[in-house]
Amino acid sequence: MKKILTICFLFVLQTSAWAQFRVEVSGVGLTQIPIAIASFRGEDAAPQKIASLVQADLERSGQFRAIDTSGSNLDETSRPDISSWRQKSADALLAGSVSRLADGRFDVRMQLWDVVRGQALGGQSKAVVAADLRLAAHEIADYVYEKLTGDKGVFSTRIAYVTKRGQSFNLWVADADGESAQSALASTEPIISPAWSPTGRQLAYVSFEARKPTIYVHEVATGKRRLVANFKGSNSAPAWSPDGKTLALTLSRDGGSQLNLLDLSNAGSEPRRIAQSSSIDTEPVFTADGRHIYFVSDRGGSPQIYRVAVSGGNPERVTFSGSYNISPTLSPDGRWMAYISRVNGAFKLHVMELATGNASAITDTNADERPSFSPNSKMLIYATQQQGKEALMTSTLDGKIKARLAGQNGDIREPNWGPFQK
Amino acid sequence: MKHTVVILGLVAMLSACGSSVKLDKVPVEDRSGSTSGSGNGANGANGADGSGVAKSNVASVDLSKSAQDGAPQGTARVVYFDYDSFVIKPEFQSLIEANAKYIRADKARKVVIEGHTDERGGREYNLALGQKRSEAVRKALVLAGVADGQLEAVSFGKEKPAVQGSTEAAMEKNRRAEISYR
Repeated sequence: MKKILTICFLFVLQTSAWAQFRVEVSGVGLTQIPIAIASFRGEDAAPQKIASLVQADLERSGQFRAIDTSGSNLDETSRPDISSWRQKSADALLAGSVSRLADGRFDVRMQLWDVVRGQALGGQSKAVVAADLRLAAHEIADYVYEKLTGDKGVFSTRIAYVTKRGQSFNLWVADADGESAQSALASTEPIISPAWSPTGRQLAYVSFEARKPTIYVHEVATGKRRLVANFKGSNSAPAWSPDGKTLALTLSRDGGSQLNLLDLSNAGSEPRRIAQSSSIDTEPVFTADGRHIYFVSDRGGSPQIYRVAVSGGNPERVTFSGSYNISPTLSPDGRWMAYISRVNGAFKLHVMELATGNASAITDTNADERPSFSPNSKMLIYATQQQGKEALMTSTLDGKIKARLAGQNGDIREPNWGPFQK
Repeated sequence: MKHTVVILGLVAMLSACGSSVKLDKVPVEDRSGSTSGSGNGANGANGADGSGVAKSNVASVDLSKSAQDGAPQGTARVVYFDYDSFVIKPEFQSLIEANAKYIRADKARKVVIEGHTDERGGREYNLALGQKRSEAVRKALVLAGVADGQLEAVSFGKEKPAVQGSTEAAMEKNRRAEISYR
């Protein structure tokens, strides 16, 4: 059974043609927290509907179910009739207000109640400019998510992805819900492999603008770009070390695709080779402690995922089933590895529990690519194809709750989920 | 509801006017040697692009006939490969010899060999596979007497198909290495 919850409307506008993620729920028996989210008092006069943004965020996580609040008249100062919300089977209640300040900013206030225990869980207030009202709503969703699940929310984080329309390529930065997309780079040549720096201020990526693959580091807020790898041959697959000082990358300057470490703090320094082989070594990714690198190699005859210490030593093989395992990505909590495995000719997103090596496919699509974890390790974003069109998907790690961001006038690909905002 | 759509739309439009970078306007700090020439994609490989074409359609593009500055006239420049293979088939040996002879004749000439794959599989892994193809051609040219310093082997992976489409015929045309006289 597949049910499509259309929790938002799609804009048909040139500038925001990629619109929002739409949630698709599959599977039954999910444990979801029932939450009542009342309209924020005054939000009809504000540029953003705070309550519906918060609700859409929480539903996309797969861990919440919204309870009808029509007819309620609440804000953060109310003393709600808890027993009536208990009767509606809400476990939690959120209310708040938005008001315009004399200086033009908006004062956003909220209060969260635990309906089961009948007590207030806390509140927040902040004054923001109109352009930051969406961010304020995402931060409220993060607050609610953390209070009710114990995990940090990721609704105020950002994602990067690439679109292709004709021979036009764009690198975009958008909110985690797919909204507010802004183009960071426009090019007539392909752009692949964008990777957020640990601070969330820079993107490393591969650009073909020089008619060969070279690697740039791009400061998102200013647009300032630095060409960090333009060695003879191909330069690709950039990955940041957790401290942001080193870039792991694939260079072919010595013949063959080989892993290298580049010291970013020391301009002009020589890359250092690791995991040397006479085969393909590529797609490096650091572990959260920065001590190991997972990567793809065909040294055993077919592409498989290996793990090597940054300090050196022999790589050890990580994947053993299947003849094509690529694009490893590690959860920030260190528990999971997501990767793409070819199964009967189909390329499927898999999630492996690293402690046990148990892995399973979590999609029913056939051309999955390039997964990355949300910073709280609870969700994945990846690219795929549906009805012959490229789309981006988010999914819970068990594959039960997915949301889709469709490309409307072209292709959409190469997602990367950014870190927590600092 | 309608009002919200309009207002949100305006906000989206305004915020979309952010700091997009146009490639020709940005100062770039190059810390690792020279950037290669800014030849701007005047390659026949793009000729088959375009939407509104039937999926099964295969537009035939013959790169050996496309004009490229400095390319030898009447000499084919594209080596095609079998699926998952980097072996230069015997039928392309005369192409290698003809290009090698041409490159040998001008020691100042620089030539780039561009490897490509079909659309199956991941982008980065395909980039590495395309690199294997371009390096197979580079090695064959060196064996045919070309100085290695005149050659650079690079890869476009699956990013620049010669032919659009997912048919076997299209994919055959995309598994290739092009000898490029930029």
